[in-house]
Parts: sequence; structure tokens; C-alpha cells
Amino acid sequence: MMGHVLDKPVLAVLATLGLMLAALATTSVVRAELQIDITKGVSDPIPIAVVPFAAGGGGFDYAAVVQHDLDGSGRFRTMDRKAQRTQPTRAAEVVAADWHADGQDYVLVGRLTTGASAGIDCELVNALSGQSLGSRHVAIEAGNPRAAAHRISDFVYGMIIGTRGAFSTRVAYVAVDGAPPAQRFQLIVADADGENSQVVLESHQPIMSPAWSADGRWLAYVSFENHASAIIVQELRSGERRQVSARAGVNGAPAWSPDGKRLALTLSGSGGNLDIYVLDLGTQELTRITEDPAIDTEAAWSTDGTQLYFTSDRSGGPQIYRTDVASHQRVQRITFGSAYNARPRISPDGRLLALVSREGSDYRIAVQDLASGSVRVLTRGSLDESPSFAPNGMSLIYAWHGGERGSLATVAIDGLVSQQLKSDRGDVREPVWGPFPRSP
Amino acid sequence: MLKNALMVVAATALLLAGCGGKPDQRVPKSADAVVGNDSGAAGSSGAGAAGAAGAEAGDAAGQGGASAPANVPRVIYFDFDSSEIRPEFVSVVAAHAKALARNASVRVRLEGHTDERGSPEYNIGLGERRAQAVKRALLLQGVADSQVTTVSYGEERPAVTGATEASWAKNRRVEFVYLN
Repeated sequence: MMGHVLDKPVLAVLATLGLMLAALATTSVVRAELQIDITKGVSDPIPIAVVPFAAGGGGFDYAAVVQHDLDGSGRFRTMDRKAQRTQPTRAAEVVAADWHADGQDYVLVGRLTTGASAGIDCELVNALSGQSLGSRHVAIEAGNPRAAAHRISDFVYGMIIGTRGAFSTRVAYVAVDGAPPAQRFQLIVADADGENSQVVLESHQPIMSPAWSADGRWLAYVSFENHASAIIVQELRSGERRQVSARAGVNGAPAWSPDGKRLALTLSGSGGNLDIYVLDLGTQELTRITEDPAIDTEAAWSTDGTQLYFTSDRSGGPQIYRTDVASHQRVQRITFGSAYNARPRISPDGRLLALVSREGSDYRIAVQDLASGSVRVLTRGSLDESPSFAPNGMSLIYAWHGGERGSLATVAIDGLVSQQLKSDRGDVREPVWGPFPRSP
Repeated sequence: MLKNALMVVAATALLLAGCGGKPDQRVPKSADAVVGNDSGAAGSSGAGAAGAAGAEAGDAAGQGGASAPANVPRVIYFDFDSSEIRPEFVSVVAAHAKALARNASVRVRLEGHTDERGSPEYNIGLGERRAQAVKRALLLQGVADSQVTTVSYGEERPAVTGATEASWAKNRRVEFVYLN
């Protein structure tokens, strides 16, 4: 069952062409920035006042970022600052009845602290009862003040919605500009609100299928250097790149196992038959998972790492199938109902399958309940693709096409909230939501 | 940084030159030439194909890929969701097969492409299937396996942009890139 049909693994770290590309694998000045527009929010968003934090002299407006995060979630409506009659900085100073009279359900107050515990102390107050719901101290990271604000947003979201916020997370995506065939491809990592974008890799050849490791330290992706596909893993902090598969034919669709030790990937060999394999990154041992003349690709791990979901056209059109990683003898079809179901992704709680599903001639993002099999189509575009779950499972980021340009968007899994993330230049595609940051 | 970037650009240009194809040679010159084939139905029009062939032949003449057969189109087009070589391109593939079979030292790379619809990685599979279909046809006509390599770019390297059937029809293709 080992990859006997394939050429000898090429494990060259930074092969000649890799070096060429590595020269470009540094931060570039020119990059596509994303702008968020809420296209749909809940009909009755939660009213909350975010009071400007008492300054410690820094001058950065942390509360404005928190406000932007909460409004951007589509689940909150923040109070206009100018309408705030008082601007308390401690829960004890909040006159709940006044805020409630002004239509607010919650009040967030805070102040910057200096000295050994430099950061922000904030408290969340229920404007109806006047009770403090909790307080949080967040440290301020040198050079990245937005990070502290995002952690406060996570705190507020978690306290009120009951689910961990995903404001402190990052997304990776591919930006393309220029007219074919002279196109330029960039792999970009940005904060979930589109800010702090950094170019991880730039190439004149396609870059595809970025995938985060579970610890958020590495990205795997497909690059086409020397007119052939290869799978690269790159550590974001150091920029270190390792070519982990450059076998004959297709090297595609990398997906990290939840424990970060293995990569599921798609290989075709020179015979051109795409099947799913699992590569042990430590031992380089390659295990063949599927063996079918059809196209088998786009593997996604179950949350416990025991199952692989993948796209296969073994029944004619593409559908999603599942197999056990250890035994991989039995393959079970998961999707029905549309002639085109592809690109599986499993929600963090393991209950939902996100996929691209064709309705008529339109490609849309849908979620299928894995227990009941019921399917809900979440988007209304005609060329929607590449869904990726937020690590809190509340929403999906995906790519869509508005005329000539590819853009990104998010949609809540309950369908109640959607956002567009527009790039200021070029095409953006293949978004992948990174994991939660490790606790600061 | 700028110097490095320039070196990479130069190296890429060298690679392209070495592969015997200016990038722009691959784009059909006449936008209308292949539009006749965009119905996605099996019985597509031969007239459109002839137009495309003319445009490609014009491009191929006098450019790179010294061992490429003269006056033979280097791009063939496919129907939606199909890797079957359309009847009007059978003679094109045969002309390439003849040139390759005649000289075993000549090598070609078949680049498979799809339109932009659907999932990018699944499209890599479809592009590979198209390239393999052409490879099989070449091998059946006496070309040696060692003369042919394939690569699938899926939807990543469109010939033209635009979310219209006319654009998509020009992007569902296999390109013959002569390596010497």
C-alpha cells in the first residue's frame, strides 16, 4: 500500500528553484488589503456601548478596534460615542439605568495600565441589572496594539454570545494580479479583520491550497515551480520552507492532521490517477489511502484525526466520501442531492460538513449536518468556492466571484450574518481560517 | 530585495525561453475564434475550431519550440466537464503525434487547464485528466512515454479572464509545450 507507483520522494530542502523562490519569500510592500463590509446582520443585533478606554498615554484607540470587531460580527450594534452621556472607566462608575434608558444592554469600560502589568483592564456591565459580568486584563503586544483589542472583543463576544470569539485569529489567502499569462501570485496572511497583512510568498507561478497547521505556526501549500506542482510547508515566523512532496504528476490539496504530525495530500504519479495519501512528516513514510481510477482529492481530517473526508467522482460527478485513516478499506458516500458536491471541510465540533454544492448552474457554499444528512445552502452567489470554518465554528470564510474579480466573504453557519471582504487590488481567493492563537 | 526580485524575474524569463514558448503565444489571438465551441454540448462546431486553429498556427510560426511541427495549433479545447478529444482536434493531436514519433529526441509537456467553475483542487484533477487523454492519444500513435510529461494547472492559469461561457470555453484546454 506504500506509494509504489510513485517516483522516489524528493525531499530536497530548498532545491535550486526553491532557493529562487525563497528570494521572494519575504514581506513585500505591495499587497492586497482587505476591506470588510457587512452585507447582512442579525435583524435584532445586541446593543452595547464600548466606552473609550482611559488612556495611559499611548494614543492608540483600542476601544475603536473593539467597536469595529463587534459591529463587524453582525451580532452587535455599538453605540455612537458622541451619544454617550458619560464615559466611565470602571464598572463601579457605570450608572446602569442611564445606559439602559439610552437603549444599551451592555456597557464595556476599561483603562490602560502601566508598569509591570502594562495592558488594558476592562469590565463588562449588564445595563439592565447593573452587575459586572466579568473583567479581563490583556497585555499589549509591542508593535501590534490591535491584538490586545481583538482579545477584548473575544472576551465580550464569549461573555455575551457564549462562544469563544474569533477576532484574534488570522486568515491566509491567495492574491493574484496582472492579466494572464503574466500573473503574479501572493500568499498572504492577515488578521481576521483583514489588517496586518503580510506576504508570505510571492511567485510568478500559481500558489494554491494553503492549509494551516493546528498550532498556527506552519502553512502548507502547493506551488508550481519549474512547471510542476510541489507541496511546501513553511514556518511563518522564520520563513523556513521545506519541500515535502515533488513527485511526478499532481502534488495537491495538503491537509494537516489535527496532531500536526501528518499531511493528507493528493498524488497522481505519472499515470495521472489522483488518489489520497498520508505523509508522515517525521518519518517521510507515505501511506496510500484511496485506490480508485476516479479523481480522489481535497482530503479533510475529521476532528479526532481518525477519518478522512474527500472529493471523488467515482460515481460520475464529484461527491464527498469518507474513509477510515487506519484501515481505509471501506469508503462511504456522504453527499447526495446535488450532481456536484466538492471540497469538504469539517466544523470544529465535528458535526457539520461544509462543501461547495451546485444548484442549477450556480456553485454555492452549503453545510450538511453529518448526523441527520440535512443540507442548508448558505450563499447566493454563482461561483462560490473554498469554504473554511472559523475556529469557533460560528462562520465560514469562502471565495466568490463578482464579475471580473475574485473576492472573499464570510457567512454565519446559521445564515444570519454575512460579510464581504474586498481586496483593494487584484483577485483574492482560497481563504483559510487559522486556528485560535495559543493562550497568551 | 529588488535585486533578488529582478534575478528571479530574469531566471523565470530564462526558463520560459528554454521551454521555447513566449507566454503570450498561448493565448488565442482571435477572441471570437473559439466562441463557437462554448455550448458545452457534444456536437460542437468545427468552424469555430478551425478559426482557433488558424490563430494558433499563426502564433506558432516562427516562435520558440524549434522541434514543434510547423503550422500545427498548440492548443486544443474541451467541452465542459469533459476530457474527450473533440473530433475537430483529432487531426491536431495526430499531427503532433507524427512529429514526435518521427524524432524520439523531441519532448513535449502537455499542460491541462479547466475553466474557473467549481473547486480548485478538483479542477486540478480535471486538468490532469485532459492532459492524460492527450498523452494516451499520442502514445497510441507511436510516441514514446519518455517523450511526454503532463502538468495540470486546473483553473490557475486561465488563457483569458471573465466569468462568461465565451471565456470559459477558451480556458478548457490542453497546451502542447515543446521542450526542445
